[in-house]
Amino acid sequence: MKKLMNDPGDLVVESLRGMEAAHGDILRVSYEPAYIVRADAPVRGKVGVLSGGGSGHEPMHGGYVGPGMLGAACPGAIFTSPTPDQIEEATRALDGGAGVIYLVKNYTGDVLNFESAAELCVSAGIPVETVIIDDDVAVQDSSFTAGRRGVGATVLIEKIVGAAAERGMGLAEVTGLARTLNEEARSMGVALSSCTVPEAGKPTFDLGADEIELGIGIHGEPGRERRTIRPARELVEYMSEAIFSDLPFHRGDSIIVLLNGMGGTPLIELYLLYGELERVARTRGLHIRRRLVGNYITSLEMQGFSMTALRSDDRILGLWDDPVHTASIRWGS
Amino acid sequence: MIRCEEIMAWVRELDLVYQSNKASLTELDAAIGDADHGINMVRGFSAAAKELSEQTPPDIGAILKALAMILMKKVGGASGPLYGTFFLKASMTCNGRTSIGAEDLVVLFEAGVAGIRQRGKAKEGDKTMIDAWEPAVRAMREAFSGGGDVSEILRAAVSAGESGRDATISLAARKGRASYLGERSRGHQDPGATSAVLMLKAARDTLA
Ligand SMILES: Nc1ncnc2c1ncn2[C@@H]1O[C@H](COP(=O)(O)OP(=O)(O)OP(=O)(O)O)[C@@H](O)[C@H]1O
Ligand SMILES: [Mg+2]
Repeated sequence: MKKLMNDPGDLVVESLRGMEAAHGDILRVSYEPAYIVRADAPVRGKVGVLSGGGSGHEPMHGGYVGPGMLGAACPGAIFTSPTPDQIEEATRALDGGAGVIYLVKNYTGDVLNFESAAELCVSAGIPVETVIIDDDVAVQDSSFTAGRRGVGATVLIEKIVGAAAERGMGLAEVTGLARTLNEEARSMGVALSSCTVPEAGKPTFDLGADEIELGIGIHGEPGRERRTIRPARELVEYMSEAIFSDLPFHRGDSIIVLLNGMGGTPLIELYLLYGELERVARTRGLHIRRRLVGNYITSLEMQGFSMTALRSDDRILGLWDDPVHTASIRWGS
Repeated sequence: MIRCEEIMAWVRELDLVYQSNKASLTELDAAIGDADHGINMVRGFSAAAKELSEQTPPDIGAILKALAMILMKKVGGASGPLYGTFFLKASMTCNGRTSIGAEDLVVLFEAGVAGIRQRGKAKEGDKTMIDAWEPAVRAMREAFSGGGDVSEILRAAVSAGESGRDATISLAARKGRASYLGERSRGHQDPGATSAVLMLKAARDTLA
């Protein structure tokens, strides 16, 4: 294993330190317990938007802290959910009197830890609502699983819900919006290589030289099936079919898409994939009204990509276009 | 008779046991999860052994409660709240006690496992740590009813827990991260059931 780090056990903290040094104008970092909060928190009278999860998915979530997106983010150890004490402290630092919404990706660890934190905060008098994000179509949603995983839709939902909170919407309304967005979003990923958890020291799974894992999770959890690599065009078609037929998306729908790299995929390949996605969407009569192309929700150095589509009306597109100022997503004024 | 000394010996033993099984637990988790279970357990129990040795609370309930809080803070993942809840519920059965006997021990484990069941909502057969815990506490109760002492109770727990753990190999996971694999999770031993048996063995080696 070769990684740019000092002691593997210090990676998360040392990275937080660098983040604080680089973006001190946007965010503050607490180390004990660890959380990132927007520099101007608490914002009086506005709903706080809080997310968190294991580290190793950068820029998610810390890179999305700032005006117009997240109020606070709780980073866990690599690929491990944060703990209730972190979430509770971050909630207190963020709450400006209008309550806090937790955007939680559907993994047992995250769900249990956020649940414990919400209990602590509510009993301390801070209103908290939780919305679970579960957009990954690779996993069957049935009583035989822990349900679908939360993946790429998280980025889009954090942006839109952050805008709604910034506009001054109340907790109930913001929560309803987040639930709707989750219902309207679908994603799927594919891996060309594994990633290596620094403290584990070796790749999480083995893929043959010409093998890919379809439906990969963002922690290297296996997905639907293993196949031999195929041309990018066919991969995008396969994933589009899985995503677009699931909601299902209909001819004429407006969508926001995220064409996301898993951390180890060059942008030249991501843009090629985006081109293929535009083509497939056109043949299906879907209008891509907004898009993000790049590394937004990663799995350390994994090679691969994921696609997310979110059905959007003008109201959602308007919120999407609202100004945002974070380390990794910035537009408007 | 189990006193604070034995409970502390158990905590220190857990630290050592998880350290020496860190790689194997993580490897089991790599096969059907996300390769962090051993790392999570070590992070939690090494902090617990250190903090509790430096400042040992005055009674068994207080030690177990402090242990629960440290695990909730340090472990993360699914296992953090689950083991945290185990010790929190266990601590409530022996508030203020500086020694406990065989039946207290059974009650303590029963309460802890009920906590895991309640938080995680897993049933036996879902391929989780519950598959080791449920048969283990049943065996403890049986051994106690049959007149067993602490040592016999814990030996019964270990062997029932081991069978439960081994049975997870052929199961398909229905809870936790491994459930994403469905049928493909068959053939792999559950990491949480494995760490649960290690916890029972450490208890057998230090409490009896
Ligand atoms: N609902 C549940 N009930 C009981 N045990 C569970 C449940 N879900 C998972 N587990 C246990 O937790 C173990 C995994 O613990 P681990 O420390 O690896 O957390 P994790 O699932 O990886 O958490 P995270 O998703 O935050 O990384 C599994 O092997 C299983 O025994
Ligand atoms: Mg795990």
